[in-house]
Amino acid sequence: MKNIKEKVMKLLFFLTALVSIAAVILICIFLFASGIPAIKEIGVFKFLLGTSWKPANNLYGILPMIVGSFYVTAGALIIGVPIGILTAVFMARFAPRSIYAPLKAAVNLMAGIPSVVYGFFGLVVLVPFIREAFGGRGMSVLTASVLLGLMILPTIISVSETSIRAVPESYYEGGLALGASHERSVFFTVLPAAKSGIFAGVVLGIGRAVGETMAVMMVAGNQAVIPDSMLSGVRTLTTNIVLEMGYSTDLHREALIGTAVVLFVFILIINLSLSLFKRRVK
Amino acid sequence: MVGKLKRKWCAYRRDPKSFVLFLSVCLAALITILALIFIIAYILIKGIPNLTPDLFDSKYTTENVSLLPALINTLFIMLLSLLFAVPVGIGAAIYLTEYARRGNKLVHIVGITAETLSGIPSIVYGLFGSLFFVKYLGLGLSLLSGALTLSIMILPLIMRTTEEALRSVPDSYREGSFGLGAGKLRTVFSIVLPCAVPGILSGVILGIGRIVGESAALIFTAGTVAEIATSIFSSARTLSVHMYSISGEGLYIKQTYATAVVLLVVVILINALSGFAAKKIGGNTLRVSHYAQKDARIGGKNTDG
Repeated sequence: MKNIKEKVMKLLFFLTALVSIAAVILICIFLFASGIPAIKEIGVFKFLLGTSWKPANNLYGILPMIVGSFYVTAGALIIGVPIGILTAVFMARFAPRSIYAPLKAAVNLMAGIPSVVYGFFGLVVLVPFIREAFGGRGMSVLTASVLLGLMILPTIISVSETSIRAVPESYYEGGLALGASHERSVFFTVLPAAKSGIFAGVVLGIGRAVGETMAVMMVAGNQAVIPDSMLSGVRTLTTNIVLEMGYSTDLHREALIGTAVVLFVFILIINLSLSLFKRRVK
Repeated sequence: MVGKLKRKWCAYRRDPKSFVLFLSVCLAALITILALIFIIAYILIKGIPNLTPDLFDSKYTTENVSLLPALINTLFIMLLSLLFAVPVGIGAAIYLTEYARRGNKLVHIVGITAETLSGIPSIVYGLFGSLFFVKYLGLGLSLLSGALTLSIMILPLIMRTTEEALRSVPDSYREGSFGLGAGKLRTVFSIVLPCAVPGILSGVILGIGRIVGESAALIFTAGTVAEIATSIFSSARTLSVHMYSISGEGLYIKQTYATAVVLLVVVILINALSGFAAKKIGGNTLRVSHYAQKDARIGGKNTDG
């Protein structure tokens, strides 16, 4: 009797372990099954490389969105990566304990703020600021990049900090013993040794920036054309889906799911390259 | 103190590069903290005066965009998602740590899938939910569809934190339990799991934070109806979705500020709670190591004797 109970529970635990595998398979099946036929119908090249997205005229080219996602993510990295890594260095090697605790709490809180709140903040503060400082309509690549740069900070900071702390103390001490100052020792011996972990943090940040939806939608302007300057509006892959999913039908709807397929494949490539990189480092 | 600063300053004068590095590091940390303070202070200062009592009315109308229904719906969706995700997450973690052999292929695959799941953007979850739960399973735009979608989203988080918590329980506990004649199941439920509770709890709290903040995954699964849900099959908006919808219309800027304040307060509370749980973990491992030391001492005595 007791044996049966043990066996049943073991089976139950086994089944729960399979749930996440099943979830990934289901997500792949449902996305690909509804998205790929549409991509085929439109034509792979027309879909991926077409420059005009006009559902009313049956034109479904998502190149503007792919380029938009790329621009916005690159902008977010330009802002988020230096600030993030330097803050991580400060937290791991410079901050006295009395500053460290509140800073750590602040970074955690930053990670917890909902993206709609970030988006709303961008809408009421960043958009008017950029409109007045640089001209244009304010909803632009630049605005979205600044906001996303802030949003990926906590990811980059916490992963980088962990990897900087994981560097053996002897590296730092070796630097000091050779006569280097505290700063030089941290930047030229500890930081290079933490390179791979920091890189992993940056890649996670890229994933977060590419996947962010609501905040970008509220500040980016959402025009489905390839932006010609930092100050023109932009639409990303994610916002394309949310903007039109509500009222779309038939091929339009499937083209949106096709957009999600492209996004999903991008994210998978990013994840895969990260785990390959991790394995190589090991 | 002054002498120390002076000496430091002299060192920097001789080595300006170090000084630049020091300054840039401080500046970056300052930017980070100021950005956060600015966001929070701005929302609070603009929002708190708009927190009027009629925003907490039980009925939503176009004249009074009450946030109370959305707040209550958020609670419903949270409970429902946890109801699915917590047992499955804990069960999976138990299988991976207590039952699967080391180097098991399944452990590896589950690890990869969990990593994949945690990288998928929320809008993709939303689309999947609307294709699978809403359409294919015929659940419609409902609390249930939304909660099921969110539970897949937070599953890897709960699984990972539980796994870590279970692995940090020393093997000597398990051996002691087996030695006293307890079975595997009893060992797991009355020895290992109770020790891992604070770790599991911090994972659950982080999951709650994600549920409260989520909007993209819910719009196409739980819908945007602004009334208190009457059953798990009725469509309902959570607080984040509510804030998104009223901010888009441009008519309710004041109310949006107020909603942002409520969301921020909830998030700050959740963060404080998880910090508290993390401290508990610290305490717990301390106690564990204390026992471990005792064990080691007793073991030492035995070998001596």
